[in-house]
Amino acid sequence: MISWHAIAVATLVATTSALLAGEIPADARRSGYSFMGADTRAMQDDDTSNPGMLFVLDGEALWSKKAGGADKACADCHGDARSSMKGVAARYPTFDKTLGRPVTLDQRINLCRADHQQASPLPYESHDILALSAFVAHQSRGVAITAGDDPQLKPFVEQGRSLFVQREGQLNLACTNCHDDNFDKHLAGSPITQGQPTGYPLYRLEWQTLGSLERRLRSCMAGVRAQAYDYGAPELVALELYLMSRARGMPLETPAVRP
Amino acid sequence: MARSIAHMATLIAAGLAVIACAKAEGLAPYKIVGDGIPESLTGAPGDAARGRTLVATRTTTCLLCHSGPFPEVRFQGDLAPDLAGTGNRWTMSQLRLRLVDASRFNPATMMPSYYRADGLVRVGRNFTGKPILSAAEIEDIVAFLATLRD
Ligand code: HEC
Ligand code: HEC
Repeated sequence: MISWHAIAVATLVATTSALLAGEIPADARRSGYSFMGADTRAMQDDDTSNPGMLFVLDGEALWSKKAGGADKACADCHGDARSSMKGVAARYPTFDKTLGRPVTLDQRINLCRADHQQASPLPYESHDILALSAFVAHQSRGVAITAGDDPQLKPFVEQGRSLFVQREGQLNLACTNCHDDNFDKHLAGSPITQGQPTGYPLYRLEWQTLGSLERRLRSCMAGVRAQAYDYGAPELVALELYLMSRARGMPLETPAVRP
Repeated sequence: MARSIAHMATLIAAGLAVIACAKAEGLAPYKIVGDGIPESLTGAPGDAARGRTLVATRTTTCLLCHSGPFPEVRFQGDLAPDLAGTGNRWTMSQLRLRLVDASRFNPATMMPSYYRADGLVRVGRNFTGKPILSAAEIEDIVAFLATLRD
C-alpha cells in the first residue's frame, strides 16, 4: 500500500523534474558499455574477438582502393588515415557550408565519392559504407566527442533536442522517457541505457552485423510504433547531432559491441 | 496522508466527474465518472482468463514495463509498479480508465493510453487510426487485473 503511494509520488516528482532539467550532467554520462555484461565487454575490448574489427579491416582496404570516374582512392587525397582522420568522427555531424546544413560521416563519405571520385553513392547500411565509416571512426577511438560545438549548428542541435523530447508513435513515448528518465531500469529483460552514441557504427549481437546510429534510432522509433524517418532524413541527422552533443566529452569506442 | 494526497491528485487529474466520449471513429463511446469508467466498454463483462493471456503476451506490451505474477514470462520490466495486488488497490472502474487513458491519473505518465487513436504524433503506418487494444481486450484485461489480490 504505502510503497505504491510512495512510488506514485516519486514517479510524479521524478518525471516532472527530469523534464525540466533535461540533460544528464557531464560527470554522470555513461556509455552503453557500462550497462553490458562481462562477456560482451570482453568481446568489445579484445580486437581479435570484436567482430566489428573485420569491418574496420575491410574499410582500410577500401580506403586505398581507387574508385569512380576520377580513379582516385580516399588515400590519394587524405593520405594516412591514422593521422588525417584522427578526431574527425568525434566532430560529426558537421556543418556543410555548401549545403547549409549538417551532414553525417556517412553522408560526407558519399559527398567525397560524388565530388572527388565521381563514384556512385554507397547505399545506407551497405557493407562498404559501414566498413569505411567504421575505419574512419576507429581512428578516433578514445577521442572525446566535440560534435555540435560549431555555432552554425545551433538550430539543428535544437531541432534534435525537440525531437528527442517529442512523444511519438502509437505508444506515445519520447526518447527522453527511456534514456533520460529510466536508464538503469529494464524494458522486459533489456537494460535501458542513456542512449549515448559513442560506439557507432557498432556490432550488435541482435543484428548479427555492424549497423549505423541511424539504424538504431529507426529501431527505437519502430519500437514505439512510430513511422521511422528515412535514412538521411534531416530529422534523423538532427537527432544524431543532438545525441552527439549530449555525449560531449565522452570518448569514442568505434567499433563498439552491444547486445 | 500519502494516500489522501495521491487520491487528491487523482481527482484533480481526472477532474471531478468529467464526462467525455471517445472521439476517434470506431472507438466505443465511454463515460468518465469521478476517477473511473464505471461501465464496460462492450456492455458485457470481460473474461479474466483471456485477460491473463493478453497481459502475458509480449505484443500487448504490459510486461515490457511492468512485472507481475507470471512465472512463465522470462523477461519482465521494472520501470512500472508490480501488478501483483492490483485488484486490492483499484476498482474495476479505475482500472478501466487507467487502461483507456492513464494520463488522466498522471499527465506525465509513461504508460500508453490503450484506447485512444487521436492526438498522437507520427504513428506507424500499420497502426494509424487504431487503438492499441480493442474494447473487448480492455474488458478482458480489466477483469483479470481485478482478480490480482494479495
Ligand atoms: C520504450 C523505451 C525506448 C524509447 C522510447 C527509445 N529507446 Fe532508444 N533504446 C531502448 C532500448 C531498450 C535500447 C537498447 C539498449 C540500450 O542501448 O539502451 C535502446 C538503444 C538506444 C541507443 C543505443 C545506445 C548504445 O549504447 O549503442 C540509442 C542511441 C538510442 N536508443 C536512442 C534513442 C532515440 C534517439 C529515441 C527516440 C527517437 C529512442 N532511443 C527511444 C529503449 C528506448
Ligand atoms: C511504457 C510503460 C508502461 C506500459 C507499456 C504499461 N504501463 Fe502500466 N504503468 C506504468 C507506470 C509508469 C505506472 C505508474 C503510475 C503512472 O505513472 O501512471 C503504471 C501503472 C499501472 C497500474 C497501476 C499500478 C498499481 O500498482 O497501482 C496498472 C494496473 C497498470 N499500469 C496496468 C497496465 C497494463 C495492464 C498494461 C498493458 C495493457 C500496462 N500497464 C502497460 C507504465 C506502463
